[in-house]
Amino acid sequence: MSAWFMFLTFPIMVIRVNPVERIIEWRWNNMILVGIGSFILSFVWNYLMKRKELGTKKTEAGEKIDTIPLAQRVLGEKRIYVPVLIAAGIFTIVFPFIFSMYQTTIMTTALIYVMLGLGLNIVVGLAGLLDLGYVAFYAVGAYAYALLNYHFGLGFWIALPIGGALGAIFGIVLGFPVLRLRGDYLAIVTLGFGEIIRIILENWNEFSFGPSGIANISRPSLFGIDLSVHDSTIYLYYIMIGLCLFTVFVVNRLQDSRIGRAWIALREDEVACQAMGIDKAKTKLTAFALGATWAGMAGVVFAAKTTFVNPASFTIWESIIVLCIVVLGGMGSIIGVIAGALVLILTPEYLRAFAEYRMLAFGTLLVVMMIFRPGGIIPNVRRVYKFEGAKSANKS
Amino acid sequence: MDYFLELFLGGLTRGSIYALIALGYTMVYGIIELINFAHGEIYMIGAFTALIVISVLTLMGMNTIAMLVIAGVIAVVYSCAYGYTVEKIAYKPLRNSPRLSALISAIGMSMFLQNYVLLAQTSDFLPFPSLIPDFEFMEPYAHIIGSTEIVILATTTVVMVLLTVMIKFTKMGKAMRATSQDKTMAMLVGINVNQVISVTFIVGSATAAIGGVLIASHVGMINFYVGFIAGIKAFVAAVLGGIGSIPGAVLGSFVLGWTESFATGYVSSDYEDVFAFLFLVLILIFRPAGILGRSEKHKL
Repeated sequence: MSAWFMFLTFPIMVIRVNPVERIIEWRWNNMILVGIGSFILSFVWNYLMKRKELGTKKTEAGEKIDTIPLAQRVLGEKRIYVPVLIAAGIFTIVFPFIFSMYQTTIMTTALIYVMLGLGLNIVVGLAGLLDLGYVAFYAVGAYAYALLNYHFGLGFWIALPIGGALGAIFGIVLGFPVLRLRGDYLAIVTLGFGEIIRIILENWNEFSFGPSGIANISRPSLFGIDLSVHDSTIYLYYIMIGLCLFTVFVVNRLQDSRIGRAWIALREDEVACQAMGIDKAKTKLTAFALGATWAGMAGVVFAAKTTFVNPASFTIWESIIVLCIVVLGGMGSIIGVIAGALVLILTPEYLRAFAEYRMLAFGTLLVVMMIFRPGGIIPNVRRVYKFEGAKSANKS
Repeated sequence: MDYFLELFLGGLTRGSIYALIALGYTMVYGIIELINFAHGEIYMIGAFTALIVISVLTLMGMNTIAMLVIAGVIAVVYSCAYGYTVEKIAYKPLRNSPRLSALISAIGMSMFLQNYVLLAQTSDFLPFPSLIPDFEFMEPYAHIIGSTEIVILATTTVVMVLLTVMIKFTKMGKAMRATSQDKTMAMLVGINVNQVISVTFIVGSATAAIGGVLIASHVGMINFYVGFIAGIKAFVAAVLGGIGSIPGAVLGSFVLGWTESFATGYVSSDYEDVFAFLFLVLILIFRPAGILGRSEKHKL
């Protein structure tokens, strides 16, 4: 196995060519690294595979295993989670005062991703529609604020709902043609939409000022008072905290509502869902629209935070990072998505030395998570319906 | 008229490259119903391997034709190896999982391979030497079609014919068709499904590598990102023709190639990628099964 990988990576890892100057660099030490690395990794891989197989065998044999994972049990315990929640609350409130402005800015970015993740969670996690063009709605929100501010001087607080509404409208417009499509087609079409929006922003100079973007977007003001850069960073951080709490609240309520149940039913089985009298088109469109609303609002905050937007911020990789967040955290699980966003956005910030390996790690993460832990780090607890008097519990 | 002809032939060349990549998508989809997002990356790795081999051989002082053949062969071998490994690592463990999982895993693999090449090599565009000599008999038509285009068209045709023969007449081809119809049934009649899937990935990767080498020498430069866009477009082509159908993939590729060529020639070159995606959306709205695809009945 190790020899195979050494063979596999030989041309790319060992030889580096420079065709302009006709120099060839031989990097044999890389080969040794690959050999040793894959030798160790193959053992880890085999071990994990064995564990996974053991797990499936156990379920097949009907052995009793804990259906509720540890993380959820901890969260379910009131004695533990109330103090933790309070501590987390205090920590978030005092955060900008004990840490530097730089830290606060990073945290705000992470919170924007929390919001994006929660929004995408509606589409991917609950409704099971893989949307790879999610960044398009983010861009719509950001450009909505940027353009409104540039042309009409509208403030942040007016732009926020407008951005959300525009996101929702775009969600419906883009969702309409893809209603009939299943999983993989949907992924590719949404990806296409995302790219279309980015390319249009890049090329339509009269409208969006092309690749140079729009600068000098005003920061949010506090009841008409303009704040200094330092204050407004802190202010924005609190706005983001508020918005995130609002998002969590809404998503949480949505999950248990009629429409949330309809989404989950749609994810599990479209045909059975329609047989139960759920309007497929309407349900899918609401998922798209609601998911896009959060992205639109997050976009407005993003524009206000950086005071500058250009199309380069809205590439397909942004969508995939958000997807990573949802997958890592656990599809459909709110707390998981929050944890996922914080881990994925904050870790690369603090490990600057490894910043260039970030995307490599994300890619690996997606594959490994899907194979060994498809539920994410904090999986969502599926509703379990227990028969009275019956031994086995059926998954609903 | 000359301009039209030029665009037409340009579209044809483009289309045949897309076809080489789209074949891999469509074959894999036909058999395991998975969009192999990493396919574009396999193609990119093929091109990179060829570039590296060519550079090494140039320093050793070899003549161009031999170099092209050797580089092509090594690129194909490596692409096949990568295709095989990717399948074993990222898709095989997920064969019985929901399709969303396999798709996400495929996206992850694509990201991994892209960044692996980016980190191990460079993020700059590297010039790719044009190895195909100008044919003398092409001289009078040189303003319409170059000899590189001719080579591309010829190679594509040969690959298509070989592939069709393989699928129609060999035992492996028969096994592939059986597997794509019903995996369980194929297993019951004694087909080694795992082997069939591996072979599909290998064949798909080989055609992608050929496409990679050809397009790299046509365009003249490559970087780690070429695979992604080309992969997406080839996928669009495969969907256009009806995914899972091999003649469909070829037809779809040509349609896409012409669309792009004419749209950029007559409308605007800024929106080249937009046309491809718009076309995809329109096709999916009006004819979701593609041009040659049969509409699938959802069985319960």
